[in-house]
Amino acid sequence: MRYLPLEPADRAAMLAKIGARDVDALFADVPEEARLDGPVHGLPDHATELAVERDLGAMARKNVSAADVPFFLGCGAYRHHIPASVDHLIQRGEFLTSYTPYQPEIAQGTLQALFEFQTQVARLYGCDVANASMYDGSTACWEAIVMARRITRRSKAIISAGVHPHYVAVCQTMARFTKDALDVALPELTDGAPGDDMARLLAGIDGETSAVVVQYPNVLGHIDDLSELAERCHAKKALLIAVVTEPVALGAIRSPGEMGADIVVGEGQSLGVGLNFGGPYVGLFACREKHVRQMPGRLAGETVDAAGQRGFVLTLSTREQHIRREKATSNICTNSGLCALAFSVHMTLLGEKGLRNLAALNHARAVQAAERLAQIDGIDLVNGSFFNEFVLRLPQDARQVARALADRMILAGVSLGRLYPDGEGLDRGLVVAVTETNSDEDIAAFAAALEEVLA
Amino acid sequence: MARYFTEDHEWIDIEGDHATIGITDYAQEQLGDIVFVEVPESGSVLEKGADAAVVESVKAASDVYAPVSGEILEGNDALADEPALVNTSPEEDGWFFRMSLSDSSELEGLMDAKAYKAFVDSL
Amino acid sequence: MNMNSEGRPTRPEPADAVAESWTGNKALMLEEALIFEIGTTASTGVDVETPPAVRSRLGGLDRNREIGLAGLSEPQAVRHYTRLSRQNYAIDLGLFPLGSCTMKHNPRLNEKVARMPGFADIHPLQPVDTVGGAFELIHTLGEWLCKLTGMPAVAMSPKAGAHGELCGVLAIRSALEARGDAREVILVPESAHGTNPATAAFAGYKVEDIPATPEGRVDLAALEARLGPDVAGVMITNPNTCGLFEPDMKRISDAVHAAGGLVYCDGANFNAIVGRVRPGDLGIDAMHINLHKTFSTPHGGGGPGSGPVVFSEALAPFAPLPFVEKQGDHYILIEEETAEDHHASSFGRMVAFHGQMGMFTRALAYMMSHGADGLKQVAEDAVLNANYILRSLDDVLEAPFGKGGPCMHEALFSDKGFAEGFTTLDLAKALIDEGYHPMTMYFPLVVHGAMLIEPTETESKETLDQFIGALRSIVARAKAGDPSMHQAPFHAPRRRLDETAAARKPVLVWKEPEQAEAAE
Repeated sequence: MRYLPLEPADRAAMLAKIGARDVDALFADVPEEARLDGPVHGLPDHATELAVERDLGAMARKNVSAADVPFFLGCGAYRHHIPASVDHLIQRGEFLTSYTPYQPEIAQGTLQALFEFQTQVARLYGCDVANASMYDGSTACWEAIVMARRITRRSKAIISAGVHPHYVAVCQTMARFTKDALDVALPELTDGAPGDDMARLLAGIDGETSAVVVQYPNVLGHIDDLSELAERCHAKKALLIAVVTEPVALGAIRSPGEMGADIVVGEGQSLGVGLNFGGPYVGLFACREKHVRQMPGRLAGETVDAAGQRGFVLTLSTREQHIRREKATSNICTNSGLCALAFSVHMTLLGEKGLRNLAALNHARAVQAAERLAQIDGIDLVNGSFFNEFVLRLPQDARQVARALADRMILAGVSLGRLYPDGEGLDRGLVVAVTETNSDEDIAAFAAALEEVLA
Repeated sequence: MARYFTEDHEWIDIEGDHATIGITDYAQEQLGDIVFVEVPESGSVLEKGADAAVVESVKAASDVYAPVSGEILEGNDALADEPALVNTSPEEDGWFFRMSLSDSSELEGLMDAKAYKAFVDSL
Repeated sequence: MNMNSEGRPTRPEPADAVAESWTGNKALMLEEALIFEIGTTASTGVDVETPPAVRSRLGGLDRNREIGLAGLSEPQAVRHYTRLSRQNYAIDLGLFPLGSCTMKHNPRLNEKVARMPGFADIHPLQPVDTVGGAFELIHTLGEWLCKLTGMPAVAMSPKAGAHGELCGVLAIRSALEARGDAREVILVPESAHGTNPATAAFAGYKVEDIPATPEGRVDLAALEARLGPDVAGVMITNPNTCGLFEPDMKRISDAVHAAGGLVYCDGANFNAIVGRVRPGDLGIDAMHINLHKTFSTPHGGGGPGSGPVVFSEALAPFAPLPFVEKQGDHYILIEEETAEDHHASSFGRMVAFHGQMGMFTRALAYMMSHGADGLKQVAEDAVLNANYILRSLDDVLEAPFGKGGPCMHEALFSDKGFAEGFTTLDLAKALIDEGYHPMTMYFPLVVHGAMLIEPTETESKETLDQFIGALRSIVARAKAGDPSMHQAPFHAPRRRLDETAAARKPVLVWKEPEQAEAAE
């Protein structure tokens, strides 16, 4: 019981002070029939650190980890190299084992880091302000729709076919209960612009529309100029919500905020966080200054202390559940503080220069891979534009191809059939992501194995 | 001009069929430093008792209700830049909104200054 | 005689004067500017390989203006964040008695396990047969949670406690809708966490309060009187936010069920009863478990959390996608592609991917370390420590609900008896100077100037005795009216901060000095 410092003598002395006969007396409020007479049945007793590490290590080794194979999966979670200092810094106990900074005098480390994070996110997204993080990109996407409903007092949102299907599914789940109307569509593998349904979005905006939601680059990698869409939204007093699942892309392409998006949300996992089988990740959330009081989540703000020194506090808390209760902008409480810190540390190490170099390298590697793979007989590169992720149209169901490649120890990409079980004509699509972690040898091995599987 | 008070600590000045509404000195004292006030948009029509405005301190948010039914004529825009007016001049410069009065009989249940003082003293 | 010491003093002068330093630093406590003030857009701490020359395929949207991201070299960055970290209090430094937050020790084995490449470096959309170990871990953790709570099913994907609440409430709504029963109201005790009413509203419900009794419990009679065909259910925290077990929990559940509603239990305070009481035996239908409270995953300055939800048989069919099932000796993933007819009632997906895997690994490492016997001891020690604090302070602080009997995992006091003008806030800030993080203040709302102290099982008797001594000293000052308390803390990295100014003119991002001036 290495985590428990009380000794039997301590317990006896404390019970004496309390005036209780034994520890059972402290559970007197629990009805007799609900009290267990011993440890919960069917679970093992305590174990040594060595034994736990051994058992869980065995479980971990049953998985094929990305480092062991040529690896090309993306679709909302990307493998990037994380500098060693990031993990070191976030494991400092003062960050790792601190709480939400409700006592600002002894939480300036977390608060200043969040203030820096908010500034980085706002600048990256081209927005005025950003919050201190959400759970992840998918939940941030729904919160953005709810925020747009509050601002516009309308409850009909149009969602682009290019938004990640899990994000759409999260919004559909919620909208079913909140009675928001969501206009959704499945993507198509249109040559040159997969998943692009700009014409549908432009045509759909009317006086009832609260927001249009687009992903940039979209789930199939295609990149659309959002300027016209933003103008059309604003003409009808609707908001444009842009979703970014790959923040590294914004080192190479214009930000959604620059093109007129009102709310920009997304996933920050690419920087500092790692794949982690899908979580914990970090939701990014930014908007215009004039809408800040409708924003969900925590905000760090600058102020001064009683001695006149600059310091930081959590602010505008009256939006939040612990004060506003059922009238809060969201029910979110715990967010992704430590992942936001990891994002921020990684971004600080990169800086403008590093991020732009990293983005250029990602794009170049992806172009190389796309060109090489498109040379294979029977394979088409569907995208006209892309950043580090693109769709290949295979001559057969991509699920089987991905499985066959996994048997050859290549993790080849995400098959659209898995993401869109009902998507007609999508099952031959394979979304391939290429980052700085992919070597020339990885790309060559992928191409060779794919040729073999399709032969 | 007549001034009335509600048990929700609002004051109402009546001039003809127009009412000016704010929160009382007692209310601002209880709320502490006011950091934000949201006033209603002119043109909105409110029933008596409906949410009309929001007043926030750092740790609390309170709804201000329409004490009578009517249409909002204007909100006090000065509060957007200077919410502290509610603390420094709650019953004059820190007014919240003006509205038309659609049913003057609604004034009957309200308190006058003396009754309000007695009400506050009893709290 | 060798005279090479030059008369260097080896005994200090008596300390009386305090000198301001030129830097503003105080020896080991170092001031640190913002990255935007230290770094530039031209500096970087990451070497990136030169990209091969290719034809750009960015659709003509190549970035054409600077983002404005300051960079730091690695040594600068390490120093920046190390200095910042030292301005934080943390459970690694000392007692962190935040009531209802369960700030317990975060074992480092958890961190090591979570970073094993087989868990940390796998993608959520990898072909399922390449991640069998991940599904095994999720399923194993789910089994522990089911057994510890005595519930038949669990949803693993919720991202934190409030998200778990949402999961439970959506399942309740789905179950009612499935029987064609549209109910509009959720009842929440007035002492509840703010997340409860916010969650119910976020899920489209109207929220009504249930009053508390003078003993700090749910008012059963008032609850029963309010139940009816419009009430979808109740959200009850047990042990509750006053640190008390709800002895009528089973009767509450029975009454709600008899009226056609369902029972949500907020499991934020599960640490008090883990291994000793199974919520499933109390008739509840759904309960979230904060892995970042009871099961020791770190709070990380505000997250990430993880909030799996256990379900009764009544709600199990409505659990969200995705989830893991065991078939024979292997694990299958139920998601959109595989849910099909036998999981048609699922209310759908509430998050991308599979939930907080990194928290699952940590929580399971913690559970396996403690085992069933150790977890029972966790609850007992947590409750013992809280009662020790209650009985060591209730002669100087009013314990509004402490007279009738023991508390559970946290002790609740009020500010009664402080000198005129002295508040819980003053006491909390004075506690900072004593080297402690303050307790939860002004919550629950049903107690005036509430102070909610949760020591957890992590603390030794010696640590508690020192804390009790510090608190008794501060309480004596508050009763005597020591005016210096209004100005505390004196020794923290910052004095009291002006929250009013921060909220009136919010500064939420850094701006270049000239931009900031222009914005004035």
